[in-house]
Amino acid sequence: MPTTPLRVTHFTATSCLGAGLPPMLAALAEARSGLTPCDFETVTLETQIGEVAGIDAVSLPRALRAFDCRNNRLAQLGLEQDGFHDAVEASAARWGRERIGVFIGTSTSGILETEIAYRAQAALDGALPPGFDYRHRQNSFSVSDYVRRALALEGPAASLCTACSSSAKAFASAQRLIEAGLIDAAVVGGVDSLCLTTLYGFHALQLTARTACRPFDRARDGLSIGEAAAFTLLERAPAAARDGAIWLLGAGESSDAHHMSAPHPEGAGARVAMQRALEAAALQPADVDYINLHGTGTPSNDSAESIAVSALFGPATPCSSTKAATGHTLGAAGALEAVACLLALRHGLLPAGLNLSELEPQLALDYLRQSRSAAPEVALSNSFGFGGVNCALLFGRAA
Amino acid sequence: MTALAAAIEGIGVLGPGLPDWPACAAVLAGARDYVAARTLLPAPEALPAAERRRAGRVIRLALAIGAEAVARSGRDARSLPSVFTSSGGDGDNCHAICVALAEQERLISPTRFHNSVHNAAAGYWSIAHGCPEPSLTLCAYDASFGAGLIEALAQVAQRQEPVLLLAYDIDYPPPLRSHRPIPDAFGLSLLLAPIGSARAIAQLRVRLCREPSSALESPALEALRVSIPAARGLPLLERLARAHSGRSVIDYLDGTRLAVEIQT
Repeated sequence: MPTTPLRVTHFTATSCLGAGLPPMLAALAEARSGLTPCDFETVTLETQIGEVAGIDAVSLPRALRAFDCRNNRLAQLGLEQDGFHDAVEASAARWGRERIGVFIGTSTSGILETEIAYRAQAALDGALPPGFDYRHRQNSFSVSDYVRRALALEGPAASLCTACSSSAKAFASAQRLIEAGLIDAAVVGGVDSLCLTTLYGFHALQLTARTACRPFDRARDGLSIGEAAAFTLLERAPAAARDGAIWLLGAGESSDAHHMSAPHPEGAGARVAMQRALEAAALQPADVDYINLHGTGTPSNDSAESIAVSALFGPATPCSSTKAATGHTLGAAGALEAVACLLALRHGLLPAGLNLSELEPQLALDYLRQSRSAAPEVALSNSFGFGGVNCALLFGRAA
Repeated sequence: MTALAAAIEGIGVLGPGLPDWPACAAVLAGARDYVAARTLLPAPEALPAAERRRAGRVIRLALAIGAEAVARSGRDARSLPSVFTSSGGDGDNCHAICVALAEQERLISPTRFHNSVHNAAAGYWSIAHGCPEPSLTLCAYDASFGAGLIEALAQVAQRQEPVLLLAYDIDYPPPLRSHRPIPDAFGLSLLLAPIGSARAIAQLRVRLCREPSSALESPALEALRVSIPAARGLPLLERLARAHSGRSVIDYLDGTRLAVEIQT
């Protein structure tokens, strides 16, 4: 059933492409990647990563020092870009602080600090080092709690944790609470940072590429892990305010019920999620002008997603995965790629999919080998996660 | 202020000395004394053999409470969207990964890694019941029950169909245990449906408030309520157990709480 569109009043993103929107837009336009050989922490894996520059130099506000960890520093760096803080202040003046919710997707929150603390515990008779703070760093809620306090908001809040679809789901959840009348606006985003669990974990599953990932290439051999903080401000808006704005038109969700770490081979759940997003937005497949694919670069994901999108969309639909530029930012990917769609709508830029030599034959769409100028009205973003949890988001220029 | 409302069609409970909802209801109603005992987690019979071997305590807990709530309602688990909420997810698995990463070889098993996602229990649930409906997993630290309840009620309002809520937490092993001292496994599941459901055993209306939270009459259960995030929902169950319509306040974020109006 159709849902009420929500105005995307403001957005920002920080990834390995740079802090804030201008470097991201430039890199997408120039088809440039931010991936580099992995030299993160003490990691000795042969792979590439999308590391955000300058996280170590970020300092949190004095009152929020208990939250100090890589993930919350990345959140803070993200909040400082593109006037996001000011936009939230203006929204708080419109609605009241208790009428604005905070919904952040993350998969690993501040687990890096716990991983490092475990290394020290042997020397400390089995105890974690002094100063270890579970609540404000490790717990999955830490980042949403941090963002809520940093923005001085007082509405409902939660961290959404559905692996690689976490921050796409955050949009769906925020939309429900606004529609139910509990809040009028929401800060919706994703923050996930590099850690050993994901680098060694995806390696154990043999899902990481040795070189930079090659989404939808026939010879693709895995993903490249990245990190990002991406935020949007969604607001309830009267029809009169609709000119020139960009809108969240609908979200579609489904479960594969197939396997914990492998997608359904024909992308059955992915297809249902996209269909439900179209129904929520009251749109047809032909209305979609650009698809930002999940496109991780693993053989199984890209094959399943190819079958699912090819069954729904025609051969002229432009699409790409931006993960070869940003890396797979896991719990932040849904929000980061929502921003890629919002940039496409605002600037008329369809971003290229990088590192492509021979296209996956099952993908019967117009895969963008070069970035292209266009005037898209509607953009779709796909996100799929471990546990078979799928979410598709539709954004558009007209409500 | 806006209220969210739904019918309750089924309840599932599993915790220390609380093997199921009828046993929990008897203690909450004062009909039976509470007898402390470690939480006994049943084998996850609904899972295929391969997944059953890989299912840790948190997965067995979530599957058990969900199955009880669904069975009491008479609905089919296959058709139900779900909201899973947990403060810490799988603490045993998290500990094992951190131990492995502290060793020289840093070998994590693939199963450990895919079980490390916060939505692991939801993934196993969908596989166990062949359920293709949407599932959301969230975390709000000590506010996790309240956050899950709000999300589930908003889903009922949006979808106009039943939604299964599962709130659960397990204890961490040392050394994390001393930093997050959850005493034992506890889970609570509610099958919520649109108002007017013919299967309703009660109705609830929820709104945000700033009043003090309700304590439980049983001191033993009150101790569980304040020490396990998922047990923050027990005041709501106390009213249902006593068939006592009225208003309870449950913990949520900082000074914000949830006023829950129960009509039995």
